[in-house]
Amino acid sequence: MKKLLIVLILLVLAGAAFAGWIVFGPGPLDFTGGSPVALADYKGPDPSGVPASLKTASPVARGEYLARAADCEACHTVKGGASFAGGLAFKLPFGTLYAPNITPDRETGIGNWSDADFLNAVHKGIARDGTRLYPAFPYAAYTMMSDADALAIKAFLFSLPAVHAPTPPNTFAFPFNQRWLMVFWSAFFNADHRFMPHPDRSPEWNRGAYLAEAMAHCGDCHTPRNLMQALDNRRKFAGAVASGWKAYDITQDKESGIGGWGDDSLAAFLATGHAQGYGTASGPMGEAVDKSLMHLVPQDIKALVAYLRTVPAVSDPALPAPKTAPAPASHREGVAVADARGKAIFAGACAGCHGWTGQSPVLTYATFTGGRAVNDPGARNVAQAIVWGVTREGANGPVVMPAFGQAYSDVEIAAVANYVTARFGAAPSSLTARQVAQIRQQAAQ
Amino acid sequence: MSSARPELSRRTLLKTGAVLLYGFHMPLAQAATAGFAPNAFIRIAGDGKITLIMPQVEMGQGVYTSVAMILAEEMDADFAQVTLEHAPPDEAHYANPMLGMQATGNSNSIRAFWKPLRTAGATARALLVMAAAQQWVVDPASCTTAASQVIHAASGRKLGYGALAARAAGLTPPATVPLKDPAKFTLIGKPLKRLDTPGKVNGQAQYGIDAMPPGVKFATLAASPVFGGKVAHVDDGKARTIPGVRQVVVLDDLVAVVGDHQWAAKKGLDALVITWNEGPGAAIDSAFIWDDIRKASAQKGVVAKAAGDADKALGDGDRLDAAYELPFLAHATMEPLNCTVHVTPGACELWIGTQIIARVQSSVAATLGLSPDKVKVNQHLIGGGFGRRLEPDMAIKAARIAQKVDGPVKVVYTREEDIQHDMYRPVYRDLLSASLKDGRIDGWTHRITGPAIMARFAPPAFQHGIDVDAVDSAVDIPYDIANKRIEYVRREAPLVPTGFWRGVGPNNNVFAIESFIDELAHKAGQDPVAFRLAMLEGTPRLKAVVRQAAKLSGWGGALPARTGRGIAAQISFASFIATVCEAEADENGEVKIRRMVSVVDTGIAVNPDTVIAQLQGGLVFGLTAALHGEITIAKGRVQQSNFNDYRMMRINEVPRIEVHLVKSGEAPGGIGETGTTAGPPSLGNALYAATGIRLRRLPIDRDVLAGRKQA
Amino acid sequence: MIPLEINGQTHQVEVSADTPLLWVLRDVLGLTGTKFGCGIAQCGACTVHVDGQAVRSCLLPAGAIKGRKITTIEAVGATPAGAKVQKAWLDLEVIQCGYCQSGQIMSAAALLASTPHPDDSDIDAAMAGNICRCGTYVRIRAAIKKAAGAA
Repeated sequence: MKKLLIVLILLVLAGAAFAGWIVFGPGPLDFTGGSPVALADYKGPDPSGVPASLKTASPVARGEYLARAADCEACHTVKGGASFAGGLAFKLPFGTLYAPNITPDRETGIGNWSDADFLNAVHKGIARDGTRLYPAFPYAAYTMMSDADALAIKAFLFSLPAVHAPTPPNTFAFPFNQRWLMVFWSAFFNADHRFMPHPDRSPEWNRGAYLAEAMAHCGDCHTPRNLMQALDNRRKFAGAVASGWKAYDITQDKESGIGGWGDDSLAAFLATGHAQGYGTASGPMGEAVDKSLMHLVPQDIKALVAYLRTVPAVSDPALPAPKTAPAPASHREGVAVADARGKAIFAGACAGCHGWTGQSPVLTYATFTGGRAVNDPGARNVAQAIVWGVTREGANGPVVMPAFGQAYSDVEIAAVANYVTARFGAAPSSLTARQVAQIRQQAAQ
Repeated sequence: MSSARPELSRRTLLKTGAVLLYGFHMPLAQAATAGFAPNAFIRIAGDGKITLIMPQVEMGQGVYTSVAMILAEEMDADFAQVTLEHAPPDEAHYANPMLGMQATGNSNSIRAFWKPLRTAGATARALLVMAAAQQWVVDPASCTTAASQVIHAASGRKLGYGALAARAAGLTPPATVPLKDPAKFTLIGKPLKRLDTPGKVNGQAQYGIDAMPPGVKFATLAASPVFGGKVAHVDDGKARTIPGVRQVVVLDDLVAVVGDHQWAAKKGLDALVITWNEGPGAAIDSAFIWDDIRKASAQKGVVAKAAGDADKALGDGDRLDAAYELPFLAHATMEPLNCTVHVTPGACELWIGTQIIARVQSSVAATLGLSPDKVKVNQHLIGGGFGRRLEPDMAIKAARIAQKVDGPVKVVYTREEDIQHDMYRPVYRDLLSASLKDGRIDGWTHRITGPAIMARFAPPAFQHGIDVDAVDSAVDIPYDIANKRIEYVRREAPLVPTGFWRGVGPNNNVFAIESFIDELAHKAGQDPVAFRLAMLEGTPRLKAVVRQAAKLSGWGGALPARTGRGIAAQISFASFIATVCEAEADENGEVKIRRMVSVVDTGIAVNPDTVIAQLQGGLVFGLTAALHGEITIAKGRVQQSNFNDYRMMRINEVPRIEVHLVKSGEAPGGIGETGTTAGPPSLGNALYAATGIRLRRLPIDRDVLAGRKQA
Repeated sequence: MIPLEINGQTHQVEVSADTPLLWVLRDVLGLTGTKFGCGIAQCGACTVHVDGQAVRSCLLPAGAIKGRKITTIEAVGATPAGAKVQKAWLDLEVIQCGYCQSGQIMSAAALLASTPHPDDSDIDAAMAGNICRCGTYVRIRAAIKKAAGAA
């Protein structure tokens, strides 16, 4: 009896410790140490706001830049639908959530919202009617956004045409449909304070930190989450799965992260979604570049690079250092894969654009060499790209990889993905048909 | 630009480089004065040049060579020296006797023109002989002909056809002319080299898409993605800023961008923001269509053929029922749809490769409010027809666009537009019931439900509620069955346009019948080959090819695990074909076709190598559909778009294909579509032998084959 | 102006740098032997040689090929491998409608130039990207072997 009591006490203590470990995890900028100060007290140049070139622009123009920096459109727009009119589905394990309409429509959008309402939502995750928002809306990041920037975004949104588009209700089951529970989530995981500059860091770093944390919310995809779906900043930027795609390790780890990348390559990747020798962004990162990062001025991209350079290395043991050499020109040479099916499909549907070397004979964006996706032995993003295709904004218009998911079976997609990682990557994958089926399910829309 | 388009120089190249001249045709009357034109198919110039006018269009089936062979055979022309020309639109002279219109389709070019062409050639020869006999004052019977010459052996005199042309032109043709004894054929039956291929290996062949009239501009179009939708609004602000974009044409149901080249047009089209008024079509999807056709198939149909008492026989014997279903299919010809049009005041000129040149002329004339003689149509080689170019819709759309454009404009569909605005092979549902008695089929009913393409395409061919195409190969089922009834239920797919697709009606019927016969053989506990042979007493030609196919395929021999052989027998397009497929299916339902053996009795094979090629290619076409082909509809839109999602068989999926011709003296049968109809049922039967799972729907569902899903 | 060396001749073309070579060949220069099939490098009808390699011209930007030698179907007969392939194609009557065959021949010629004696796996690897809707595949395979044998 006594023994049982001791076990019980130990369990409760362990549980409490674990809960505490989760709840009292580090904040997104805690890794940098030092003594941050309130924005008002910071003596350096203002890390928030718009670049110098836009300082005198209208609030709407400034808001547009900031809305892009915060990447609002990607989530608040459904494919083929009106911009910012919502509807994009987030397929989560416990149901589907739809991004709301944030055009100034009074009935179905945010046309009736006051400035205070808007700030409440962006900083605290509380809607105008007092209901709690789910953290799929990254208010734990946006909470760092300055009031001025948030209200500039609002001014921009209110300049858009009002679109009447009711947001479909979410399909969450109990208890996840209990929005009020988010009160506790916010209490634990939303710091609810504005960005605090670090005087011991450079102005460029502070600008980069503001852009990455308060605006671009990189961590929402790239930082693993804990049991409570909050970011686990002990493994900040170490990689996670989002919308069925892998958001890779963007820490300074030299093998799995971006520690080995040159500044220019990193800047090019952020600004265009492509860097020679590092592959091409696709999936949600491709969208983040096209809708957001591509529109940032070069100094802001540089600031992001400076900030990313300081994020401590955390290794993702699943990711080897990418293979940087092209595959042999002959189909005969290179890694042998037991399943002949993958090679056969590659020869028919892939080699024309990607080449047997992996260096595209037609489009630089289609080159595999050095890219992380083909160097991921999980092959998740390779499979996603095959199933759904990729559409990217190139300098001269869209660059498209067609979607093969409709006409090729799970077995075939697994086989060709495994062939691609084996031929062009550092380590082969062993994706199964069942995993491809799951990957198909996970992708949002 | 330092390089101008070498429009004229290319035309010169054609003349010097190829045997073929696909030039502009001369009106018949004019041709007659220039030389000797005994009929609409033959023209002999004074210099001896022989031009043969092709009533059927070349789309890969080798018809130009076969037609030329038949004409040259009977007229004893030097085959190496003939020049070919596309027929102009002219129903009076070039209508296909079997179709009653100037059309190439239904695998009947040789069947329909066999007699008329032989007679035309023989008549020309007779007149040339008469002319020579007159000149020499000898008995025509004492003259012979060979290699474009009339020969009088007794006197050792010879005259070339050219030298005789003027005199022959003034003679009256005899009422009847004797045709050659097939035993004396020197061309027909020989595997001669095709006349259209030299220009196809060096880029000189001219397809419709290659037409380049001087000053041509380039356009591509977007029709409403939802069937029946209309344009609501077009924002062309961005498109107009794209270099090379010249014009945006907005019509009620489509939008086109005209540019200096196709890329400018395409970029311009992509940059348009088009709002569509989708209309009621947006409510249509595949599930709705299938539900609709299944309900329709539950009703009694019009009886297309009946014998004995099918109902009684079904009640008495050991009965089996099954339903077979086939999906919508796109044609996906390698040459995307296109048409070049120049509209001028009161007239119009078109450049197109079409299976129905006269209908293109008349429908464009009607569209533009012109009389047909004001519409000139230049025929071209066809980069894949398969039935798609039996429709004039692309010419009508191009003409409507060209009406708004100053100068000639080449309208080329993107592949996506081509696939999403096809006239689809319709969905069909077949209900089959049969009863067995003493190991044979005693009662048989077959109810075919599907759209009636004939009712739209050739209304006179749609009589008493029966689409003769939809029931083709079903009403004439080759097996000896005493009690049978074949019914047809017409059910149009709402808003989805349908049309002929290589294999036409027999595609559906041969698949359903041959699969079901296989089911019955297994139910009877018999070998599928033996089961068929026992019921083919009435059709010895089919029986012979079934025997032969079984023998050549090693029927009954050992095979690896999960591998099986399946047979399909058919009389379609008046040819007799048996096909054995050897295929395997792994535990995931992934299929590999290992070998195809086809034995065909098509009567006299005009060019045997062409017959073999048509079988080889036709099998691949049919197997492609069985493995991969399905067009699906969601929200009124076709969900497939290009070869990434509308998949084609590739060289590394193709099995060994063996085609054997039976030597025959019978009149020629059709061959272009027979392989297509033979592929799917033989594959389905092979997969049953391999797995014990019966596939009653196409395309092959891997989940069903793997046992993950019920058929 | 973009300078392009096509079939041994230099052309100056005035198109935007992103214009695919296919449309420069067909619509600007009138070399219509190279065919448009899909526009997404799935069918191979547009195959040309760039420095002797088979490349899909429907996606290849004109601005990316300065200084490289382009050969099209109109001139491939002047190369030893191209001539052999064309002859084998005629000898075995490979062609039906012929629309894809420019691309098939260009892929086959590049294969033979780099691999004079290809086996089935080499043919699969080099030719699987070329779709033929008429289904001439069995003859394509046989003709490549015949052309190789004639070496």
